[in-house]
Amino acid sequence: MVENRPFLDFVTHLVLIVGILLVALPIWIMFVASTHDAVRMAHVPLPLLPGGQFWENLRLTFFGNGLKGSETAAVWQLMLNSFIMAMMISIGKISISILSAYAIVYFRFPLRMTFFWMIFITLMLPVEVRIVPTFEVVANLGMLNSYWGLSVPLIASATATFMFRQVFLTIPDELLESARIDGAGPMRFFFDMLLPLSRTNIAALFVIVFIYGWNQYLWPLLVTTDQSMGTIVISIKQMLEAETGSPQWNVIMMTALLAMLPPVAVVIGMQKFFVKGLTETEK
Amino acid sequence: MSKIKFDYVRKSYGPNEVIHGINGTIEDGEFVVIVGPSGCGKSTLLRMVAGLETITGGEIKIGEKVVNKLEPAKRSIAMVFQNYALYPHMTVFENMSYGLKIRKVPKAEIKRRVEETAEILELTPYLKRSPRELSGGQRQRVAMGRAIVREPEVFLFDEPLSNLDAKLRVQMRLEIKKLQERLGITSIYVTHDQVEAMTLGHRLMVLNGGNVEQFGTPIDIYLKPETLFVATFIGSPAMNILDGRLSDDGTAAILTTGEAIQLAKPLLSHKGQAIKLGMRPEHLIRCDADKALLYLNADVVEQLGADTILHANLGGSGETVIARIDGVVPAASGERFSFTIEPENLHVFDSDKGKRIN
Repeated sequence: MVENRPFLDFVTHLVLIVGILLVALPIWIMFVASTHDAVRMAHVPLPLLPGGQFWENLRLTFFGNGLKGSETAAVWQLMLNSFIMAMMISIGKISISILSAYAIVYFRFPLRMTFFWMIFITLMLPVEVRIVPTFEVVANLGMLNSYWGLSVPLIASATATFMFRQVFLTIPDELLESARIDGAGPMRFFFDMLLPLSRTNIAALFVIVFIYGWNQYLWPLLVTTDQSMGTIVISIKQMLEAETGSPQWNVIMMTALLAMLPPVAVVIGMQKFFVKGLTETEK
Repeated sequence: MSKIKFDYVRKSYGPNEVIHGINGTIEDGEFVVIVGPSGCGKSTLLRMVAGLETITGGEIKIGEKVVNKLEPAKRSIAMVFQNYALYPHMTVFENMSYGLKIRKVPKAEIKRRVEETAEILELTPYLKRSPRELSGGQRQRVAMGRAIVREPEVFLFDEPLSNLDAKLRVQMRLEIKKLQERLGITSIYVTHDQVEAMTLGHRLMVLNGGNVEQFGTPIDIYLKPETLFVATFIGSPAMNILDGRLSDDGTAAILTTGEAIQLAKPLLSHKGQAIKLGMRPEHLIRCDADKALLYLNADVVEQLGADTILHANLGGSGETVIARIDGVVPAASGERFSFTIEPENLHVFDSDKGKRIN
């Protein structure tokens, strides 16, 4: 709208500012809570301005075993677990889906469409639906309390396969033909053409999948009984329940703050590719 | 360099046969243009030579080798595509050298060949750019460079100029012609453009519905079209085709309006039969009314400056005739014109089969 009315400007700004405050307030409170000591946090009213305990809390949380009396591992360990799990899911998901999409788009083999529809149907079967049989399989394979157990069942992805299929379908056939005349076999075509051409899409998918992996709750809760294999998202919940007395909000909030950082870093670091990958059409 | 031989080449998609047995030989170093309306199978034929389509029946030989089962990369061909098909993530240099890299040509050799080719095509300043930074004409040249660098035995062009604007097309047409003459590599060029077809090739293969209608030099095809299809397809504006029959002694064609037009030679074998009479618009000559063979009533007059195109009907019969008159001719619709034509410029076709009989 190209209207120039001061009142309207005021209203639009007001709406936006209120929106930002609503979104930012919990994050602010979390940050403030992570800068006070446990005693101050147990008093009402809760502080709204940061205190001086930030580094102390950080040291306590990051290297300590989270909370006194709780059984969670040190937070750095939990973050590392989460990170490894999220990376394994992301890399696994991207590799598997890009290869399946390659097979479906570029090869003519018997039952091609059957496989295509089988992948499609898995959209209806997320982990939550098949959680008991999946647990059974993972347990029988001896993958409980391991990174494999955490990540493998979450790797297969119909959505990502479809995304790559769409990307490949926009690549003109002549490119393949040209490469064939140049003497590129299937492997070369994949590595020399498809992979570089889907770079931005891979980056976009990585952002989405990494956050998906990082935020997993139900599945890690099930397959990890050993505290040293726990993930940070679960540990926050456990910290809340662990203490019989009042929860140590300073430590819990610091953990929450730390849990937010890697996804934020990934989004900020890759946002250029992310936007490109979702909007770029020229091939 | 080598010749290409088509031996009863056929192509079917399931039960649909789209190419019905094509024969012909393209000589070493020859530039052959394949022309035809869309869907006539011209691109399919080219792609069969390239190895991008399987050959359902018959044989294609490049040199002395039957290539039916060979991979495209092993046929020593290079192809230029309509949309160029440049690798968008590679620089011009990488685009041109990719094929050589795969063939494990030594690095120094690749560099030398790419630089030489770039020199010929005036691409040297652009070697480090990516295709998206180039104009249409430059991309076209890169696509050709990629083909040349490979030093193939055969060049295949699939409507390479149709994505360019009119001016650039004329320029690139000349460049392709010069380049082919300079390199002397056997080339097949597919197009639906009349002018490209007439000007580029040594010989022209006119395809229609998966059959070769005529295969000969462009001028032969213009002067002596073998079939009605070729007659109307080559030449712009298209040849006028009038219904008629041969006189009982076979010396003249009699039109539906009753005019008798004397032929250059009597056609004794077809005396009295129904025919189609072809006259090119540019062969109709204006003359005085008393010498006229045809009387045309103008419907629409198009002034092009260099010449005037007259859309007219034949003496009120409803058959339309187009005449092309040199220079600016003031004319109004409804006006009557008289025309004559040299007997050797008449094309007589069998009425049923559409084959030339004179």
